[in-house]
Amino acid sequence: MSSKQLTITTRQKKDTFYNIVAAVVLLMWALPAIWIIFTAFRPGNEVNVTPPVWIPQKITLDAFLSLFGFNPDIAAGVPVWNYMWNSTRVAVLNTVFSVALGTMAGYAFSRFKFRWSSTIFLLIMLSRSVPGVALSLPLFLLMRNYGLIDTVQGLAFVYVAINIPFTAWLMDGFFRQIPQELDEAAYIDGCSHWSAFWRIDLPLALPGMAAASIFAFLASWNEYQIASIITKTPAAKTFPVGLYDFTSQFTVDWRGMAAMSVLMMVPAIIFVILTQRSMVQGLTFGAIKG
Amino acid sequence: MTNANSVPASSQTSTSRKTNFYSSQKYFPLFLIAPSLLIIGLVIIYPMLYSTYVSFTPFHLLRPEETFVFATDTMFRNYVRLFGNDVFWRSLFNTVIFLTLSVNISFLLALAISQLLARVTKGQSMMRTLLMVPMMFAPVLVGFQFAWFFNATVGLVNNALLSLGILSEPKPWLVDEPTGMMGIIIASIWMNVPVMSIILLAGTLSLPRDVYEAATVDGAGSWQQFRHITFPLLQPFIIIALTVLSLDIARAYDIVRIMTGGGPAHRTEMIWTYAGRLAIRNSQFGMASAMSMIGVVLGVLFTLYLFRQLMKSREAYQ
Repeated sequence: MSSKQLTITTRQKKDTFYNIVAAVVLLMWALPAIWIIFTAFRPGNEVNVTPPVWIPQKITLDAFLSLFGFNPDIAAGVPVWNYMWNSTRVAVLNTVFSVALGTMAGYAFSRFKFRWSSTIFLLIMLSRSVPGVALSLPLFLLMRNYGLIDTVQGLAFVYVAINIPFTAWLMDGFFRQIPQELDEAAYIDGCSHWSAFWRIDLPLALPGMAAASIFAFLASWNEYQIASIITKTPAAKTFPVGLYDFTSQFTVDWRGMAAMSVLMMVPAIIFVILTQRSMVQGLTFGAIKG
Repeated sequence: MTNANSVPASSQTSTSRKTNFYSSQKYFPLFLIAPSLLIIGLVIIYPMLYSTYVSFTPFHLLRPEETFVFATDTMFRNYVRLFGNDVFWRSLFNTVIFLTLSVNISFLLALAISQLLARVTKGQSMMRTLLMVPMMFAPVLVGFQFAWFFNATVGLVNNALLSLGILSEPKPWLVDEPTGMMGIIIASIWMNVPVMSIILLAGTLSLPRDVYEAATVDGAGSWQQFRHITFPLLQPFIIIALTVLSLDIARAYDIVRIMTGGGPAHRTEMIWTYAGRLAIRNSQFGMASAMSMIGVVLGVLFTLYLFRQLMKSREAYQ
């Protein structure tokens, strides 16, 4: 019938309209990021040109080589290796401990109703709402006395405290999805609480722990406020602080800064691509299952 | 323990015994939680209490002889000084403006984008990946990126506008009055909208189709459907999205520091940047602590206000 044909075309038109608008919006949104990535790989004469050269004519790794000090003409002004090494150490320490402790806490909250459990849970959640700057000031004063300023361990210690709440919250939700009958069966078979946790619940919660690890790793990799106050020298300075130093030091070398930015994004890009689906799940599991 | 041995096979009777069994355990859960509580207590709770204390003292890092002089009559000197300080009021004003605009615009945009993406038929996975690009950026990175964009001499914005003939001379976006704050707000929105969109999109896609079909049969238009079906049903996701947003507002510190450093003449100064500056540049930890206490209270009030609005709108729809 002619009216049916009309409806199909209008729907197709509507669909293509939505598709196009969505594509435009998303491209616009990704534009700043794309621009930085392009610039990091450009030859020097394409940067800062008016009118702007949109698509890079040549791809070079020059900017990165200069950054790492491989370029014989330009002296490396920034200890990029230190920054990466420090950031990696801090992030790994933070991830391991905050996920371990957070998982234990999440399990406790999900299964057991003990006295003050809701108060403690609220306290832990509230502690996450303290902004980094507010925390960094007294931390600086206190850590001075213990010689923890400008150490990777000190910074990681702080990060663990900051990341436990989110991990615990995440794992609490995950553990609630694991049926308690499995634990019960284990108890009947003679398991203690701990071995039931270790052998039954933990293996099933590995996807949740993976998601939590990624959040913890990225949180520590990207953190600036506390790191800027607690670390002083390249012995412990992390990448975000290094980037800030670079931008204030080399306000002319935009390409170098772009290269540094790309380096900083590498772990995040890897993780996001690998876990695109499960990240959405991780953020919304509570609401969907109800 | 005796309960466990006598648990029958059927799950019906074991439900009450399950809760009994789990709630009868006092020590195991505490043992699991203890290390976390210890670390959080050491790193967050104790320092915040200490900070409150310091805010009542004239603590100055380079003048130790003045430290810890806690006298009840001069207790509130820091706070009094702050309230008489013009820069303080300016930074308070800026912070409120920034928070209000950034949160509201981010939320509305995220809602709109999520609805748009929910109607997309092809390449949704690809769209989601594109949307996640800003998530890969650390806040410092976002700040740097937009600092570069809005840069007066080499920024892409000026470059493009000049080539297109819209501008006749380069405009120093980050230095001028409202544009500096606008730039920061834009950066913050750019950073926050993707995560919220993804959350709201997941929520929208999980809604049951039949309600919409029934509504269309009854003659409801798309706006009505959105207002009466989508929006109320999205409440739990909206709560998650706003929680994520409100807790990340403090990330604005990174953006402001690297984009304007508080702006020429404190134009874009926020509570946090001013507190940080008092502490680091002037070593006035007492004043800085007082400021950060005010900031924390402000943050808590803001979050409470957000949730009060949410609860109200929840009731309106039920």
